[in-house]
Amino acid sequence: MIETQRLTKHFKDVRAVDGIDLTVARGELVALLGPNGAGKSTTLRMLTTLIPPTSGTASVAGFDVVRQQREVRQRIGYIGQGNGAGHSQRGRDELLSQGRAYGMGLRQARTRAAELIDSLGLGDVADRTVSTLSGGQRRRLDIAMGLIHAPELLFLDEPSTGLDPQNRANLQEHILRLRAEHDTTIVLTTHYLDEADSMAERVIVVDHGRVIADDSPARLKAEHVGDTIRLGFDTEHAAAGAATVLSGRGGSAYGKELTIRTESGPRQVPGMLEDLRSAGLPVASVEVTRPTLDDVFLTLTGRSLREGGSKTDGTPVPELVEV
Amino acid sequence: MTSLVTDTRTVFSRELRPTLRSPFTMIIAMVQPLVFLGLFAPLLPGDRSAALQWFVPGIIVMSCLFSASMTGSNLLFEIQTGSHERMLVTPLRRPALLIGRALKEIVPMVAQAALIVLVCLPFGYRFHLGGALLGLVVMAGFSIGVGALSYTLALASKNQEWLFWTVQQTVLFPILLLAGVLLPLDGGPGWLRTLAAWNPLRYVVDAERALFDGDIWQATTVTGLVAAAGVAAFGLFVGVRAMRTST
Ligand SMILES: Nc1ncnc2c1ncn2[C@@H]1O[C@H](COP(=O)(O)OP(=O)(O)OP(=O)(O)O)[C@@H](O)[C@H]1O
Ligand SMILES: [Mg+2]
Repeated sequence: MIETQRLTKHFKDVRAVDGIDLTVARGELVALLGPNGAGKSTTLRMLTTLIPPTSGTASVAGFDVVRQQREVRQRIGYIGQGNGAGHSQRGRDELLSQGRAYGMGLRQARTRAAELIDSLGLGDVADRTVSTLSGGQRRRLDIAMGLIHAPELLFLDEPSTGLDPQNRANLQEHILRLRAEHDTTIVLTTHYLDEADSMAERVIVVDHGRVIADDSPARLKAEHVGDTIRLGFDTEHAAAGAATVLSGRGGSAYGKELTIRTESGPRQVPGMLEDLRSAGLPVASVEVTRPTLDDVFLTLTGRSLREGGSKTDGTPVPELVEV
Repeated sequence: MTSLVTDTRTVFSRELRPTLRSPFTMIIAMVQPLVFLGLFAPLLPGDRSAALQWFVPGIIVMSCLFSASMTGSNLLFEIQTGSHERMLVTPLRRPALLIGRALKEIVPMVAQAALIVLVCLPFGYRFHLGGALLGLVVMAGFSIGVGALSYTLALASKNQEWLFWTVQQTVLFPILLLAGVLLPLDGGPGWLRTLAAWNPLRYVVDAERALFDGDIWQATTVTGLVAAAGVAAFGLFVGVRAMRTST
């Protein structure tokens, strides 16, 4: 569905996207994850024909994004980082003109708009001027506009930014259903790690315009971080002793605590406790932490995703959620 | 299936909708040239109805130029919010985006022209309906070109609105004066007339004066049409290119 070769975009001296090779198959749900300024939006903007690549090629839905823009546009939907609805317009009108832009008949566009208004909970606000809507309501309107023509390939740039938890869950459900019912291919960018984690079966981590990891969330976590087991003891002496007993598992003692990094924490704990009991070292507390994608990012780049980079393009920096 | 015409209609009706919903702004816009006419026309020398005969088409062209040059101003905000980007991703034909927006600025202009003519009738102004309608076609062509250029200017000045307004204001008045809209060019020095010869608006104004008087089969009609078509083609070419390369 998407195939890029050395896709690159430079803005003067900024290497926004720096040679990305990407292949996305039909029906996949892929999340692009990365800090502010990583090049996620720029990548999406090239794939949606909005900006020409500096070099490299991209084919989207079977057509070249530079030479066959119209064919590409007819097949994709795009929900950008900004607000798609004109502020002086009314929501329903915007949905209708969006449908018309995709060649839908007036009646068909009306029916479809009504459906989306209903399913995105916009019934009370669809006939108001867009500038009077709340940020989250506007965001849902954007999403409705992106879905009006039921595209086979959908790009979403931070779709859930600005939504409250309930609407976020609602949106995720919507996206998953779209995929289940219509086999829609979906590429989304997000800062919400839990979102990437729970929705996408494939996460592409981008930093400084390059892909630094590309795998399922589970494998990324297992491969790059693993679980952390923390064993608490009553004395430092016991902790040091435990480190010796479990030396084969690669632990390190610090104070009264022993920390072990491993691939499958929960399954290893019982064995460890057994070993320690036979060695006469009673464990006072046990804690197993599963890694987050943020940990993956930290391991890969040495920086936390939450700190992010600087933001220069004037759009508000979306908030990151604690996971 | 869509075509350039249906695409243009989609853009045009989207643009026009908010204006129709708040007719107040349109009324204000219509009154402006009347005020101008009321204050300026009495200053014209000579016989009043002859003066009107010369002046009215000029005022109509002027308000048409002003309206069309505003095409990009609505766009500036939409570029910032993201709704322009959203339209660019749709399969709407690029020229339709330009033409639809430009035409939306012209619709109030047609109403304006009708109002100006009506107001002037009691003061001895006479016009030829067929000629005037053909005149509107010439103006529409010209406005599409100016609108597309204004659109391009908005694209070029995104994130720096002052640029749009500075260029728009700086360019507008020389074009207006060098077209002989407010004062006849005949008495001007040679260099001024040479400059004016390169101004397409000048040919549009000359054509409108003849057309509104009913002199349809004139060379000015042809040169006016050619000038308007030329500006339209140039504007659309530049505009579509700017949309392709704008980041
Ligand atoms: N039109 C532009 N002109 C100049 N520089 C740009 C432009 N668009 C993006 N950039 C720069 O390119 C880099 C990548 O930006 P991009 O918007 O793709 O990041 P992002 O990953 O989407 O970030 P965010 O999470 O903040 O949305 C940034 O350094 C940004 O400042
Ligand atoms: Mg972005």
